[in-house]
Amino acid sequence: MKFPLLQNDGIGQAVLAVLAILTVLVPLFNLALPDGSPLHFSTYTVSLLGKYLTYALLALAMDLVWGYCGILSLGHGAFFALGGYAMGMHLMRQIGERGVYGNPLLPDFMVFLNWKELPWYWQGFDQFWFAALMMVLAPGLLAFVFGGLAFRSRVTGVYLSIITQALTYAFMLAFFRNEMGFGGNNGLTDFKDILGFNLQADGTRAALFAASGLSLILAYLASRYIVNSKLGRVVTAIRDQEARVRFLGYRVEMFKLWVFVFSAVLAGLAGALYVPQVGIINPSEFSPLNSLEIVVWVAVGGRGTLYGAVIGAILVNYAKTVFTAALPEIWLFVLGAIFVLVTLLLPDGLTGLWRRWEEQAA
Amino acid sequence: MNPGAELKYPFDAETSGLWPITPPPRDSLHGPILYVEDVSVSFDGFRALNRLSLYIDDGELRCIIGPNGAGKTTMMDVITGKTRPDTGTVFFGPTIDLLKLDEPAIAEAGICRKFQKPSVFEKLSVFENLELAMRTDKRVWPTLFARLTGAQRDRIDEVLATIGLAEQSGFRAGALSHGQKQWLEIGMLLMQDPKVLLVDEPVAGMTHQELERTAELLLALEGKHSVVVVEHDMEFVRSIARKVTVLHEGSVLTEGSMDEVQNDPRVIQVYLGD
Repeated sequence: MKFPLLQNDGIGQAVLAVLAILTVLVPLFNLALPDGSPLHFSTYTVSLLGKYLTYALLALAMDLVWGYCGILSLGHGAFFALGGYAMGMHLMRQIGERGVYGNPLLPDFMVFLNWKELPWYWQGFDQFWFAALMMVLAPGLLAFVFGGLAFRSRVTGVYLSIITQALTYAFMLAFFRNEMGFGGNNGLTDFKDILGFNLQADGTRAALFAASGLSLILAYLASRYIVNSKLGRVVTAIRDQEARVRFLGYRVEMFKLWVFVFSAVLAGLAGALYVPQVGIINPSEFSPLNSLEIVVWVAVGGRGTLYGAVIGAILVNYAKTVFTAALPEIWLFVLGAIFVLVTLLLPDGLTGLWRRWEEQAA
Repeated sequence: MNPGAELKYPFDAETSGLWPITPPPRDSLHGPILYVEDVSVSFDGFRALNRLSLYIDDGELRCIIGPNGAGKTTMMDVITGKTRPDTGTVFFGPTIDLLKLDEPAIAEAGICRKFQKPSVFEKLSVFENLELAMRTDKRVWPTLFARLTGAQRDRIDEVLATIGLAEQSGFRAGALSHGQKQWLEIGMLLMQDPKVLLVDEPVAGMTHQELERTAELLLALEGKHSVVVVEHDMEFVRSIARKVTVLHEGSVLTEGSMDEVQNDPRVIQVYLGD
């Protein structure tokens, strides 16, 4: 098969092929095969895999800014969560009169807080197109404003990392407050349906999985196009020799901002796909720890490769699922150990190990 | 081929025919193109530049020498927009006020700089290094959708030949020898079609052979571009200099031919010490 975009991306081709097959077969096996069949995927498994795919999309976004542009954002969870909240707000408005209090307009938590009117920023979220726009616009706009200020002031390196961490922490504290109107501590949950389809139904879950798979594939192709373009080369040049790029006549801050905003949009999309599959969004998604975990996924897979981010996110989250079920109290130690070991022994991540092995064989 | 392999360059390239460019006739009758007037810069009370005035003619090759701390690099920082002076004016041509422009705009206007330490993009190929430097629309969206035209490819090939790296075109720049990296960086300046090249210590750490080749390269640029070379290596300066400016404690000590300058008692005192 000839694919000029993926010409020198053998591992990427393999990853995309696997993703394409999964996107088709997992929903098919879930819906078409009977419960007892050995190839049957339970709906629980479908949603779990779907969640991994949204994490992989988030990791892809992280790899663009960190792996290629050298911006170690420790606040990417904020963009993910904003996309998720936009989706959550739409799903809340879809509940309508079926809430516990039966209010046709106000979500339950607002009735509980004795609010009489829908806040202005909840307007329009009953329309899917509007909510869909907000899923990418809200994180994109935050990245544009925040990145614009930070890059223009030439904040780089560890200072930038710290303020991104502060950004997501500030959002977490704000969203914890009931007065903010996003459900406070409990967040948004008890969703009923999406686009008229019951969220608990197998078919809806399968469709959401397929949408996540498709989004990941398209985002991968778009990202590959970007890193293969001249812009991709400028961005890696910025990562390695920022001052030199400036003296070549490129407006470094504009390039960083562009990549940062694009990445935030991908992260927002990931969050929007994540929420209906897990059924809840709450302020803990903004927690600084979440943003740190994204960095670990990318580091484990291998930064600056795109496919490494996808593989790393899926592997680490699979390990998380296994450990938090079997030995929940040691998971964080395992995560820390993975990060330390990868940093010390595998600076190019697991896929770097594979590439080295391949080069030696050649 | 081994990327680190030492290539043999002819000493007398012009007669051997391997050196692709011949120096054009000298032409510095156009008058000044770069005006640095009365510029002072202080860092925490240290006067790096002290009412420095300097004029560079169109097409001239100028060498700037001076002991450590004389302000040579600070002067380049001021001209390229990295450092803002406390007082003074810097004009490019009669109308362009460089103090109002930032680094990318100054580069765009036609003043390009080679750093002291070779600053090439080591992860990219030699060809890609030149491609990034090329004079073209450098805004974000046009860069995303940029495709090389035939003419642009030819231009890159031409510069590859000029800097003698045609065979290394596909190598990662990180695999080049020290001297080759310096030439690549000079090539990156040429890709920008600059009017003025500021070259900071081009031969530091070079072998004698590489040094001779660099001298030829810089001499070949004279006339087509104004070239300002900051250098410590006196032998090298002697081999290329028409006019030498000596900086000392942030201002011009003297200017003149290499012989005049070397026989100036003040210069001897500054260099040989009290």
